[in-house]
Amino acid sequence: MRAAYYPGCSLQGTAKDYDDSVRGICKNLGIQLDEISDWNCCGATAAHSIHHSAAIELAARNLHLAAKMPHRDMLVPCPMCYNRLMTATSVLKAAPDKNDPSKRSSSTPKIWDLANFFASEPVLETVVKNIKYPLNGLKVVCYYGCMASRPPEITRASDFENPQSLDRIVHQLGATAMDWPYKTDCCGATQVLSRRDMVLKLIKPLLIWPGRWELKRLWCRVKCVRPTWICFKKQWVRRWGYRFPCRFIIFLSSSGWPLGKNR
Amino acid sequence: MNRETISPDFKFAETVESLGPFETEACFQCKKCTNGCPVTFAMDIYPDEIVRRVILGQRESILKCRTIWVCSACETCTTRCPNSVKIAELMDCLKEMALKENIPCPQPQILSLHEIFLNSVTKRGRVAETVFLTTYLIRSGQLVQKFKDGTWQQEAKLGWKLFSKGRSPLFSHKIKEREAVRRILTRTREGKEKP
Repeated sequence: MRAAYYPGCSLQGTAKDYDDSVRGICKNLGIQLDEISDWNCCGATAAHSIHHSAAIELAARNLHLAAKMPHRDMLVPCPMCYNRLMTATSVLKAAPDKNDPSKRSSSTPKIWDLANFFASEPVLETVVKNIKYPLNGLKVVCYYGCMASRPPEITRASDFENPQSLDRIVHQLGATAMDWPYKTDCCGATQVLSRRDMVLKLIKPLLIWPGRWELKRLWCRVKCVRPTWICFKKQWVRRWGYRFPCRFIIFLSSSGWPLGKNR
Repeated sequence: MNRETISPDFKFAETVESLGPFETEACFQCKKCTNGCPVTFAMDIYPDEIVRRVILGQRESILKCRTIWVCSACETCTTRCPNSVKIAELMDCLKEMALKENIPCPQPQILSLHEIFLNSVTKRGRVAETVFLTTYLIRSGQLVQKFKDGTWQQEAKLGWKLFSKGRSPLFSHKIKEREAVRRILTRTREGKEKP
């Protein structure tokens, strides 16, 4: 199986570890990732906040590059990039550029959020076949965040209030995914540099809840809670005077473990 | 009770809608957006009031408010609105309007974060996180603040930790078609080149 790959800027910087595990695990599962050549930044929060047209056009440029590739699927590990690319797709579909037929998005590959891709039937089957060390007995809560499910008319998600993709993966790996109410609650990632006080308040319930069941693991997508938490862990523990018992796992780096990687 | 008397200006909603559509007129004030909003604690005007004020043309109060800037764009409001009012998208539009009219931003650190981010994209086609983060810390005055209150060491430690794990590369990749990206970013909404 082959898929086009759009890593996004973070995966070349602060989320390098995420990029490494995506590539490593896909290689293990026989999925060949072909990086879109010369891709640019999707614009992220900055562009959609203060420069609407650029937010669409930056993402559209990537879509045009992807359309030139023969692949049917395109993998986007970063939820923000995924959201921006999906938004651009829907805008271009609504008002295609009539002057330039090459800019029509008909041949664009299907854009996949990484969790949904791994939870899709054929890929999940491959994962199950490759399990070497099942995660039996491990209890986790899955955190999805905002951007891969909202708004549903852009992301085409049907289970946007209670997503299931990570839960399905966790279940297949042998662990138990607990039900909890903060699956898609905002962690405030967009304000983490400019309004750290806000993020502090938003992230606290997400961290306290798993502790109630004495859970040791919280699975999440990258760019959401985890990087924020890891970076400011000590400062926050000092401020709250409370130690959080759970460890964060990006869902892929721990999927690598049952598959025999990084054991 | 002291009540403020206002004179509505319905043209404003038309102007806003022409940049959308955001379906503001469909709002029946159920306040579902405000009830689900995770960041109301940092807002001065609640999201449902923003929509109401757009309808009534309370231009100045909306464009000057903190709400549009502290919105974390989590899209909970847009998702849950029973009338499909695109509230989060409306916030973005109002931010852009406020900037265009040179209204001073009540949250300058948030605006400067966005600007420094886009500058980085304009130069390289991608964001070089190491450069972007450092520039932001210096320009927003956070670094000076941290030197004053003695918390700069935490920042330095964090930087070193990221660097030693290869997550904060010193050299960033530049894309080949930087010119195309620069053109996209320097064009205004009307398609004109920015000075």
